[in-house]
Amino acid sequence: MPDTTPDTTPDTTLGAKKGRTVLRLTNATLRFGGLTALNDVSFEINEGEIFGLIGPNGAGKTTCFNAMTGVYALTSGTIEFEGNDLAGRKRHKITKLGMARTFQNIRLFKSMTALENVMVGADVHSKVSFFEALFRLPRHRTTEAEALERARELLNLVGIEGRHDELAANLSYGDQRRLEIARAMATKPTLLCLDEPAAGFNPAEKQRLMDLIRKLRDRGVTVLLIEHDMRLVMGVTDRIVVLEFGRKIAEGTPAEIRDNPAVIAAYLGVEEEDAS
Amino acid sequence: MAKDSSETKVKKDRRGFGEKYAAAPTPVKVVAVTLLLVLVYALPLLRPPILTTNSIDFGTVMFRVIAFALVALGLNIVIGYAGLLDLGYVGFYAIGAYTTAVLTVYHYSWPFFLALPAAIVVTMISGVLLGAPTLRVRGDYLAIVTLGFGEIIRITVQNVEWVGASAGIKDIPHPTGIGAKPNPPFDQGGLFQVPRLQWDGFVPIVDLEHKTSFLAFGSRDAVPYYWLILTFLLLILIGDRMIKASRVGRAWEATREDEDAAELMGVPTFKYKLMAFALGAAIGGMSGSFYASSQAGYINPQSFPLLLSMLFVATVVVGGSGNRWGAIAGGALVAYLPERFRDFADYRLLAFGLALTVLAVWRPEGLFPPRRTRRAKAAEAEIDALEEGTENEEVTHA
Ligand SMILES: Nc1ncnc2c1ncn2[C@@H]1O[C@H](COP(=O)(O)OP(=O)(O)OP(=O)(O)O)[C@@H](O)[C@H]1O
Ligand SMILES: [Mg+2]
Repeated sequence: MPDTTPDTTPDTTLGAKKGRTVLRLTNATLRFGGLTALNDVSFEINEGEIFGLIGPNGAGKTTCFNAMTGVYALTSGTIEFEGNDLAGRKRHKITKLGMARTFQNIRLFKSMTALENVMVGADVHSKVSFFEALFRLPRHRTTEAEALERARELLNLVGIEGRHDELAANLSYGDQRRLEIARAMATKPTLLCLDEPAAGFNPAEKQRLMDLIRKLRDRGVTVLLIEHDMRLVMGVTDRIVVLEFGRKIAEGTPAEIRDNPAVIAAYLGVEEEDAS
Repeated sequence: MAKDSSETKVKKDRRGFGEKYAAAPTPVKVVAVTLLLVLVYALPLLRPPILTTNSIDFGTVMFRVIAFALVALGLNIVIGYAGLLDLGYVGFYAIGAYTTAVLTVYHYSWPFFLALPAAIVVTMISGVLLGAPTLRVRGDYLAIVTLGFGEIIRITVQNVEWVGASAGIKDIPHPTGIGAKPNPPFDQGGLFQVPRLQWDGFVPIVDLEHKTSFLAFGSRDAVPYYWLILTFLLLILIGDRMIKASRVGRAWEATREDEDAAELMGVPTFKYKLMAFALGAAIGGMSGSFYASSQAGYINPQSFPLLLSMLFVATVVVGGSGNRWGAIAGGALVAYLPERFRDFADYRLLAFGLALTVLAVWRPEGLFPPRRTRRAKAAEAEIDALEEGTENEEVTHA
């Protein structure tokens, strides 16, 4: 279980020791008609890791997220999350199990405030029934107060201070991306899946995002990161899997990936080499 | 047209008022709310000039107004909160009415206040039965299925002897009142009598001849019915407020905004859609139950035409989908305007249609759009102003 107490001071001790497998893909294959978006992909993510998932456009990264979160069913293979086979599980149940995600193309609840967006995430673990809410019974009050405090704390953590009551649609692009992270974090995930969270960010924002991702990991959350910016990926991740045309072509530490000829070939001319 | 300008005034008051109200100290709030409540309850007795309909009993009109407001409040949960286009709401209204009629007179002789909860439960169950298979599919499908549902219910009651077929059900008993039983034609019963006002131009005169009895329900006077249904409306209003500002309301809003994203954020969207649908159905059934046992005490299949469903949807859209006060205002207007224009006889519906058209052009988001629409519009206007100096934002809504 992740650290759930809303402590405002950043916790620098590792919330969980590495080792336990959080997510395991085994021979995951997913076909859309004739197109094989995921082709026999296997990898494991361990607790406490920041894990990178990279690859050229159309490699199948987002499809991988979609398969993990129950949007698409695998054609064959299995996905195990904390020992649970995810096949046939409802999407909201997978979230409740502890997997949360953000979206490549921002999908906030636009007509709700930033705070309400995060509260929706926080409601996942709420046990408040319809009647408890209707009659404002004690459990409703305490749960609501906790969720509110947690939501505010998360909004401040991701860097949306002072705009809690702004409608999501009216937030700046960067704030919307950060709000997605706060909303996902509110579900108290074990595994947080970020789909290109730095898309459209300037270098300063990217730096802050890296700090944030590390901070989240230090709270005990395992992070799975899809990102095109090599400097960011190499700088923040512990291990990386590279996809190309739905196949896993490499796996290893950032240093190993950087020198891998197959990866260089896949990215040749597409991505600048950010050897740092 | 005179109507429209007064409407504008009401709207402007509301907005300023809402903010002032929230900031006011508690005693001021209590006094304000109490005064408002007294005024609303006394409205059919005060019979304010201009507002009061002269060709039809004002109490009856006010009962209809609140009945529509109640329906609008229920349908607002379905359409406004959960974003489900229900075009067959009249079906639930009919089920509520028929359940009450069957239980109180046609096959059984339950008292009204026992039949009412039964009608609510029956409509809620029918809402679940209709919603469970249809709410799994998205969008337009629901509109078509519910549209069919409304008609199926009407055609069914038309052909089933057990519910009176085309002859309908008559002599539906009035609810039990408080105090002595009325003894027609002169003794009204009840605990005490309340006189009402009569207006000579703008001069009020106490009318001692037409008194309303507290509290006897009968065919002579609609005001006790008005009080009864108003009380239920207020209870539903409070409940609506509680639920909307809770995880349930958030789940509805998130589902309406982006069903997939909501599901992926852990919202069991189907469950919440079904909940909204069933709640809406129950409130529609409640309103139907009141309708059945109101003054006339008579219902038949013609009482539940498809047109009524359209009017119900109009109440929500006119008021501003997603805002409970808007729904109430919309319900009130849709019920009130045709009665007010009754003098124009045949042109009544035309005038009503015109009023709706004017409204659609003048305020496409409804009279009282919910906060989200207002704020989004304000932000949009701000951006427009920043970008192009003084851009006319009306254009974007044409
Ligand atoms: N629902 C779908 N139906 C059919 N094909 C799909 C569907 N979703 C994705 N694809 C295809 O699967 C392939 C992988 O897409 P995916 O979105 O996973 O790529 P990606 O690695 O996330 O790329 P990017 O970096 O551009 O986001 C693409 O060829 C895409 O067109
Ligand atoms: Mg992608």
